[in-house]
Amino acid sequence: MNKKTFQLLADNSSGVLSRISGLFSRRGYNIESISAGVTADPRYSRITIVASGDDEILDQIEKQVEKLVEVRNIKVLDPKDSVYRELCLIKVEVSEKNRESLISIAGIFRANIVDVGPESLIIELTGNQSKIEAFLGLLSGYTILELARTGLTGLSRGNADVVWLDD
Amino acid sequence: MTGAEAIVKCLKEEKVEYVFGYPGVAICPFYDAILDSGIKTILIRTEQNAAHSASGMARLTGRPGVCAVTSGPGATNLITGIATAFADSIPLVCITGQVNSELIGSDVFQEADITGAVESFVKYSYLVKNVADIPRVMKEAFYIANTGRKGPVLIDVPIDVQQQKIRDFDYPEEVKLRTYKPTVKGNVLQIKKIVHELERAKRPLICAGGGVRLSNAKEELRRLVEEYQIPVVSTMMGIGVMATEHPLYFGMVGNNGFPWANRAMKEADLIMMVGARVADRAVNQPERIMKDTVLIHIDVDPAEIGKNAGATIPIVGDAKNILAELAEYEIDGDYGKWVESLRTYRGEMPVVRHPDPAFVDPAEFIRKLSLKLQDNAIYVADVGQNQIWSCKYHVVRNGRFLTTGGMGTMGYSIPAAVGAKLARPERQVVAVCGDGSFQMSMMELATMQQYRVPVKIIVLKNNYLGMVRQYQHFAYQDRYSVVDLSGSPDLSCIAAAYGMKFMRIENMEGLEDKLDTLLKEDEAYLCECIIDPMDLV
Repeated sequence: MNKKTFQLLADNSSGVLSRISGLFSRRGYNIESISAGVTADPRYSRITIVASGDDEILDQIEKQVEKLVEVRNIKVLDPKDSVYRELCLIKVEVSEKNRESLISIAGIFRANIVDVGPESLIIELTGNQSKIEAFLGLLSGYTILELARTGLTGLSRGNADVVWLDD
Repeated sequence: MTGAEAIVKCLKEEKVEYVFGYPGVAICPFYDAILDSGIKTILIRTEQNAAHSASGMARLTGRPGVCAVTSGPGATNLITGIATAFADSIPLVCITGQVNSELIGSDVFQEADITGAVESFVKYSYLVKNVADIPRVMKEAFYIANTGRKGPVLIDVPIDVQQQKIRDFDYPEEVKLRTYKPTVKGNVLQIKKIVHELERAKRPLICAGGGVRLSNAKEELRRLVEEYQIPVVSTMMGIGVMATEHPLYFGMVGNNGFPWANRAMKEADLIMMVGARVADRAVNQPERIMKDTVLIHIDVDPAEIGKNAGATIPIVGDAKNILAELAEYEIDGDYGKWVESLRTYRGEMPVVRHPDPAFVDPAEFIRKLSLKLQDNAIYVADVGQNQIWSCKYHVVRNGRFLTTGGMGTMGYSIPAAVGAKLARPERQVVAVCGDGSFQMSMMELATMQQYRVPVKIIVLKNNYLGMVRQYQHFAYQDRYSVVDLSGSPDLSCIAAAYGMKFMRIENMEGLEDKLDTLLKEDEAYLCECIIDPMDLV
């Protein structure tokens, strides 16, 4: 089982996301995360999908997604030549006793404390997935009340394979 | 001009001659607008068959077939027909009425989320929310349906959008789709590689699929094959691309194909798949073929290449262009010995049948029938044992062989034959089905009579769902479950009820004369052939 990160440039119109996710479900492809947002050109949205499967399946995913009428371009984000980020919000139960130590762990990871309550904190952490996993691993002594992750998004380095949207 | 009138005007712009359908309140504005347009409408007897008839027509004209039905059950009934066209890559434009746009999502009478429901069976779909979008949507729909890998496109139009006024009707000259650009021309480097491999090959074989017909590449294929004397086999959807008795053609491959054709696939050192999916029914174990074989895969759909077998040389593009370009090269290869050995295999592997003389032998019947047919006749096979016998024994010359090889939808033949006959009224059209598939589309006899569509219907009657019975014979040791068709009507009464000529053939005696009578006039006929219920394909 391999994992690949696909980046799509698709029409920013209603129904696109459902067509893409529908394709994954009906062909039995595994989707690990999907994140979408509008690009600098509002006619398009950029969608990042992390999918897993054997090589033939990952190849089929690329081809079948590319076939969708609204998809302008799909590329694989090679981990060596790309920057990946995920944003994670974590609400942790705290008391007077352990608040300080949690804040210092967050500091090491350059996470931000974005909300402080008498019994909980919300931590905002951005990074690649291994950083997030490592941080969550350190929270094993704490009670995580709620966790929200955006799923991976990314860009390839340099401007060699930029798709120019000039038409 | 209303939205409905705009839709009709777009159909005129696309030179649509026939619309197959079934009205209901939600599509009534459209059916009102079409009344004086000159476009002929055909009231089919159930919506699924509207798509099948449109498919039969599309396969003859090379342009998208059009059907129009109402919302809710009308639209959902259409789905099997749409899925059939999708699996067979047949271009359709399907228009469905929808409830008032303000009521969408509130489960009102005859509301169904049809764009959601057909999502996996269409190339694309539209829910038109703004009447001004109609010309663009229609133009795009026809374009998407009939380019690249062809397929059905659905347009769902709420009744209020059909009624609204459209201010300036302007049918776009061309489509502007930023994200849809199918590859048509084959990569020159890849074509050169094919030439190189053909020169190295000793035992090359072309396997032609339905894509050859869809890209209208029949002539290009024949020219290439004859110039270099390369033998050809076909998939079920590729039958008819080569004349059955062409000296370089060796018949259908696959688990229902001819043993020598499959042997050719096994022994070839180069296989060129053209517009074929390498799907399970055609190529049993693709990985086995692959081992020592150079596999060239030509397809307009990049996702088909490598899906079922990894190709040595993949080439994306339109088969017509690529085959024509290939024929431009001087290919230095001599495959005479290979062709000779294939002919020997065919001679050594006769298909021996032991028909019971008390019945009509379907194999011999189909062969004799096809030899009596006009040179350019259109033969539509249904699904089941009748389909396999038709594939094996129908002799195609300059005619057509239509069937649903991809989806295998029972009941396809009669409505598809109706569409084909309306498209080509000057040609003979026969629909061959079993007594199971006949009863799935029997209601279309009314359509044939209403619009005077003189199709010859042949029913191979064995009182069983023969293909399933055969499967249960082998896989379940003759434990027949739910395959007995007792209770079927007397077809002579059915023919009389619809005012149609009828003939029953009980055995092979005097068959020639009977076929002459059947085919003499250009008139509808229902012909029942009694076949051995225990016969196997």
